[in-house]
Amino acid sequence: MLGFDIQAQLKKEQMSSKVILEKKQFDITIDRLCIELIEKHGIFKNSAIIGLQPRGTYLSRRIYSRIKQLIGEAEIPYGELDIAFYRDDFRRGNEQILPSSMNINFTVADKNIVLVDDVLYTGRTIRSALDALTDFGRPAKVELLVLVDRKFSRHLPIQPDYTGLAVDTRANDKVHVEWKEKNKQDVIHIVTQN
Amino acid sequence: MKRFSQKHLLGIKNLTREDIELVFETADNFKAIINRPIKKVPSLRDVTIANIFFENSTRTRISFELAQKRLSADVINFSASSSSVSKGETLIDTVKNILSMKVDMVVMRHPAPGASLFLAKHINAQIINAGDGTHEHPTQAILDAYSIREKLGSVKGKKVVIVGDITHSRVALSNIFCLQKLGAQVMVCGPTTLIPKHITSLGVKVEHNLMKALQWCDVANMLRIQLERQEIKYFPSLREYSMLFGLDKQKLQQLNKEIVIMHPGPINRGVEITSDVADSTHSIILDQVENGVATRMAIMYLLAGNIQK
Repeated sequence: MLGFDIQAQLKKEQMSSKVILEKKQFDITIDRLCIELIEKHGIFKNSAIIGLQPRGTYLSRRIYSRIKQLIGEAEIPYGELDIAFYRDDFRRGNEQILPSSMNINFTVADKNIVLVDDVLYTGRTIRSALDALTDFGRPAKVELLVLVDRKFSRHLPIQPDYTGLAVDTRANDKVHVEWKEKNKQDVIHIVTQN
Repeated sequence: MKRFSQKHLLGIKNLTREDIELVFETADNFKAIINRPIKKVPSLRDVTIANIFFENSTRTRISFELAQKRLSADVINFSASSSSVSKGETLIDTVKNILSMKVDMVVMRHPAPGASLFLAKHINAQIINAGDGTHEHPTQAILDAYSIREKLGSVKGKKVVIVGDITHSRVALSNIFCLQKLGAQVMVCGPTTLIPKHITSLGVKVEHNLMKALQWCDVANMLRIQLERQEIKYFPSLREYSMLFGLDKQKLQQLNKEIVIMHPGPINRGVEITSDVADSTHSIILDQVENGVATRMAIMYLLAGNIQK
């Protein structure tokens, strides 16, 4: 749903949208998440950051480069994980689930892994990601970082360890995260059906 | 959103270029998976697949079975020699019986051209053609083209010569369709008796001189002489065939360029290709086998996504 004129689309579908995070505030939130990670993981001696394909990688790349700026030393293990083959809704929707590229060039075993995704909603993506991750080895610990936590909407007992922003939403609302790299601006909308 | 356009994989002829490229992109992911310590994904854990082989096969069958197991599908194997087919059961009855045990997908090899199409019309499961007589062998063509793409970066604009028994080869026909859809130029080369009369209507070049064909090409795909499909003699002797159309080191050294050597297997060493060429660095024969698993995983994954639940 990214990469299109959101206002025109909204008008057509009789929906309204509300900006919940943008500009300076957006950067501050990401900075805070990075600081929290450094507080917990130091110089990432035995820790790694893994972004979830396709949309979590915008955030994970941003966090990876910001942390490198902040601690200024040491190579942080960084990877991107695709969960297409592990999803529990394969053959249940109308869309074909196509894989994105996967890139984990370090051993996951015995590392502290920080999984990074943009929006946490039902928790099903994270469940799939945990399965996919354990196929690479047995991590010492897995943590979850999300930019937006949609509260009270979980289908599974999964909670984030680091949260950019927690929001209350209705089931038919949608949360859109736009990124400078793709949409020319950093902004988070909640789209509501009228 | 991209989507695989077919319910069955009966031949390359029905596929679009987009379908083939989608298989390639998906296969890239599976290739990464089969090269890591845990080579399995749970995608097809609720899919049951029957492998029905009415003709002998080693590579294709093992490759399919391995691909299915790496996708976590349940697999049933069936071969004609050890079954009730030898008691006189018809193809449809055999398959219907298997399907009543709730099978979602059938991989079939059969000596009759069109057998998989026939089956697709009469039963309600997805069919993958693993070779039907002298007609098509789509998964072989896809893995061949994938191997060329991997070795040379792309298939588009490449010149590929298929050498050998074109008349009896399902690999040749599927390869011609597949390579042309991807924008390659195709030539066939072999004795006059083993090249179908109207093959030029498919838009391929014909050459009867192996050296000229090799000079022209970037890739040479050496086919096996299918003695089991030849009821009459098409050439005087195997020795003469191998002198005129077999690939050896001398012929390769006479070329002023490097070409990629392929073979769909099984190799008759010393007939269509000598050992030193088959085992040389020009040859990507074993890469083809590895890519066979990744591409077949991609095909079954994409087809399974189209099963109606």
